Parts: sequence; structure tokens; C-alpha cells
Amino acid sequence: MALARAVDTPQQGPGSTRDSGRRRRGHGLNERKRARTGLLFVTPFALVFVAFLLLPLAYALYLSLYSQGLATGLSFTGIGNYVTAFTDPSFLRGVGFVVVFALVLIPVQMFVSLALALVLDAVATRFSRFARLMIFMPYAIPVVIGALMWGFLYSPTFGPLQQIFGLFGADAPFLLSPGNVFGGLMNVVTWQWAGYYMIIIFAALQGIDSSVYEAARIDGANAWQIALRIKVPMVASSLSLILVFALIGTLQFFSEPQILRLMSNGTITPDFTPNLYAFSQAFSYANFNYASAISFSLGIVVFIAVYVFLFFTRKRGGSFQ
Amino acid sequence: MTTANVSIAAKPIDRRRARGKGHLAPHLFLGFLVCYFLVPLWWLIVASTKDVTGLFAGAHGTLWFDKTFALFSNLKTLFVYNDGIYVRWMANSFLYAVVGGLGATTVAVLAGYGFAKFRFAGRSLMLWLLLGSVMVPLTALVIPTFILFANMNLTDTVWAVILPSLLNPFGVYLMNVYAADAVPDELLDAARVDGAGEVRTFLGVALPLLRPAVVTVLLLSIVGTWNNYFLPLAMLSNTKLFPITVGIGLWQGQAMSNNSGGENLWGLIITGSLISIVPLVIAFLSLQKYWQGGLSVGALK
Repeated sequence: MALARAVDTPQQGPGSTRDSGRRRRGHGLNERKRARTGLLFVTPFALVFVAFLLLPLAYALYLSLYSQGLATGLSFTGIGNYVTAFTDPSFLRGVGFVVVFALVLIPVQMFVSLALALVLDAVATRFSRFARLMIFMPYAIPVVIGALMWGFLYSPTFGPLQQIFGLFGADAPFLLSPGNVFGGLMNVVTWQWAGYYMIIIFAALQGIDSSVYEAARIDGANAWQIALRIKVPMVASSLSLILVFALIGTLQFFSEPQILRLMSNGTITPDFTPNLYAFSQAFSYANFNYASAISFSLGIVVFIAVYVFLFFTRKRGGSFQ
Repeated sequence: MTTANVSIAAKPIDRRRARGKGHLAPHLFLGFLVCYFLVPLWWLIVASTKDVTGLFAGAHGTLWFDKTFALFSNLKTLFVYNDGIYVRWMANSFLYAVVGGLGATTVAVLAGYGFAKFRFAGRSLMLWLLLGSVMVPLTALVIPTFILFANMNLTDTVWAVILPSLLNPFGVYLMNVYAADAVPDELLDAARVDGAGEVRTFLGVALPLLRPAVVTVLLLSIVGTWNNYFLPLAMLSNTKLFPITVGIGLWQGQAMSNNSGGENLWGLIITGSLISIVPLVIAFLSLQKYWQGGLSVGALK
């Protein structure tokens, strides 16, 4: 697994451990000076890391253990906020939505970007280079603007859907209605990110030594077999990297539903996703302690989900290493 | 890409045959998807040339130009509306993206090089923390960071957006992976033997070798900050400090809630959205050769 390797193999090879051991015996003073230099290089990041990651996390945990009562003021309630959160239908519905959304969206998104990358890798023409750029383009567009554009396209007053369906004498479906909002949001997210994921896979495909394909062709493999049996396994580490990105991104779903909320005629509620719910608890109700508990729970849930994924893909070994 | 062109030029007949026979289906597939990915942009371009009546009841539908061409008057309205607040928002976005992006990249390059090329106490622990933090959803930090900043009276300042943007664990991870391979220890040792200090070794020897990864991390950080919505939305209440994403979101909220002045605002939102995506689209088109190779850095390992 790509992410885990940086720690598993911090050095370039078995030789370098021996190397540094020799150095330590030879130039102990130099070695200590070198270690201090290394620390200095890392220090700015360490400060940023503590100030804007560890401290907010610890503070969220601290705040989440207190409750603000109208009459009683601030009081220590222990895990009270967490008990409330995990029995709060709003929070649970939000978590349920993002989990199901991730389970449906991520396979679709990965299939689209993998298929695109394979086609673009196999067809090297002027048009395919143009297509690659155009498909990547949504990545350069802010999520807010992307969601807004799709909101307009979905809209009965601004959008083309009514026109298109009108040709067949039918009424256009409203893609943000309760029955359609899942697909409507899925389309926005896929449009926004498939090109970015495609480029990551495409770059990995371009990095494969083409003599592998020659060998396979001599063995009688056709283009489909080369794509499925050679190319896909060889970009597996890119695929799992994308999966981690997509998982983290989807579970903290915020900008798209926040922008489309107003256009959805009430389908997208302020508790639609956990992040929306935390935001509305904090800024509409000034309920910062409860919002902190939700944020912290979300962080932990995502962390565990990704960790479990990495653990299982590592165990399975082989293709994901 | 160069090698592909050379081999194509050497075998012109093969290529023509291949294109005529096997490439029709893939090209249709790509053509269809290019249309899908461009439809929203096309709609935005068309809509920004319409006046208010054309927007709601254009002569040729929503996907084609109206009889009147109102792009320039729309632009004029956009730039003068509310004392030119739009220009202010664009400038803010530039400020946050450039300062935040450069800062995050500097921090990431230094740390990645430090982790990859030095051994020191606590290094493995810090690397494990780094890997763990890549998995933390950064939006979960927004609300606690907001409360921390509120206690220090830092909310509603430019620092409230710029400082948290300096945190880019994935950038550090990328630099660490890249530096471990791209900067040979022997080269660093040689520079040190020649009497170069650590700073000169880093700037003169390591940094040029790290350039592809630096460009990638810079581009990713700038795009990340430019696109950020949740953080500035939570941190800022003074509209003069808004970046473009929060500003457009504000207009959208106003357009939805008051129907009287709403029609006027929709034109501003549409033209404003179009102009706001131009800088990054141009940046990506002109920097192609950098990011196309660079984005694979993390995945190749």
C-alpha cells in the first residue's frame, strides 16, 4: 500500500542502515549535528501540525466533554454529548447518508476514471490529448462553482432539462427532489473529481514499461486481456490511493449540499450530512460544545474507516502492495 | 509524448489503418464524455451573454445564445456592483491562495527533505503521526479551529484563512517519498565534503532535484486554498474579506431569499462564476507539462 510504505521502508535499502551505523562510530559529533539539522528542517511543519491539527483536535475533545446549559452555564457532562450524538436521529441519518453515498459513489467514480484512463492510454491521438485536458478541467473549477452550475442545469427555470424532455412531451424530473437527490449529487461529485482521478491513473499507466505489453502480445494476449490482466493490476497502488482520497472526501461531504441546499426546495436539510449538521449546530444555534462532539466523532469515524481499509488491503497483500 | 510522436511519424501507414479501423469506438466514447464534462461550462458561457429576460426566456433555449448579446454589459455590472466587491473577492482569493499555497509548500518541502534525508530522535513517531493525519478529514478541524481563533480574536482576519491553510500533511508525505528517491545521499555528502553548509546543500543540490514535486505540491496547495469554502465560510463575517467562493455563495443566498432583487443577482452570479474560473483554467492549460507528470508522484511509489 502506497501510504504505508513511507514508514515501512524509511531508508532506501538494506545497505543504508549499515551505512549509518558506520557513520555513527566514525563521526559521532557529525552525526549528532546532522540529526539537529534534520530536526530544524522538520520544525516549521511540526509547529503547524501542532497548532492547526493536534491542538484543534484536543480542543474539540475538551469542548465536547462540556455542555452549555441556559440556566446552569458550562458544566462537565463527560460523554453526554456523544451519547446524545449517537442517539440523535439527525446525526445518525447524516452518517448513514454519507456512508451509503460513499459505497455507491466511489465504485462508480473509480470505474469511470479507470475506463477513461485505459482508453486514453490506448489511443494516442490529437483528439485523445484534447479529451484528456477537457475531462480534467472540472478539477480546476471550485467545488462551489461546479455545484452552482449543476444546480442551474437542474433548475426548471434556468436549465435545459425541461426543454429536452418537452421534445418528447414529458415533464422533466427535478434532480434535487427527495427521490432524485442521491443521483443528482452523485452526478455533481463524479463530474468534479473523475478527471482528477483519471489523470492519476493515466500517469501511472504511462509509467509502465511498454515491453511488458510486447511480451504479452507475443504470448497471444489481446488488447482487452492486456488492459484487464496487466494494466489494471499494475496501477493498483494508484487505485487504492484514489480510494482513500475519495473515502475521506465523501465522508466529509459539505460544499455541494450546502450550495445546492437553497436550490433544492427543502430536500437538502441542514442535517443532511454530519458536516452540515455540525455547521448548523455551531453557527445557527451557537451550540459549540455539541458541534465539537459531532466534528470529533466524524474525525474518528473517518480515521477508523480509512485505517480499516488500509489494514485489509495490506493483509490481502499482492496486488495492493 | 515526444517519443510517441516520433514513432508515429516513422510509421504513418500503421497509424492511418489503426485510426480507420480500431479507433472509432474509443473516439465516440471519448467524444460523448467530453460533451458531458463540457456541458456545464458551455451553459455558463452561454448564460453569461444573456440579459435578465433572456436568462429566463431566451429565444433559442438555455443551451444557445439569445438574440441580444449582453456579456459586456453583464461584465460592467459585475465589476461595479456594490462598489466593486467582486474585484475585492477575486483579489482576496488570490491573496489567500498565493500566500497560503507558497507557505504550505515551503513548510512541506523543508519537512519532506528533513524526513527523507536525516535521521533524528522521534522521526518514526512523527512519520506515523503524519500518515495518520493524512486520514483525518480536515473539515472536522474547522469548527474547533474557529473557536480557538475566536478566543484569540483572530477570526474575521486574513490570518484566519491563511494560517490553517499552511497545514498540508499530504504535501509533506509526497515530498518525503519523492526526496527519498530523487536526492542521492552521495550527492549531499559530496557537497558537504566540499564545505557547503546544510542550507547551501539544500538550496543548491537538493532543491533543484525536487523541482517536479515542488511544482506539484504548490499547484495542489494553491488549488486547495482557492477552492476552499468551509474554512472561510466559518471564519469570516466581514464580506470585504470573503474569497470568491464564499462571495458567490453569499449572492446565491441573497438571490434565493429575496425574489424582488433576485433576478438582477442571478446575472451577477452567472457572470461572476465564469470569470472566477478563468485564472485557474488558464493556469492548468499553460502548466500542463508540469502537473501531468507531477500528479503521479504519490501514486508511483
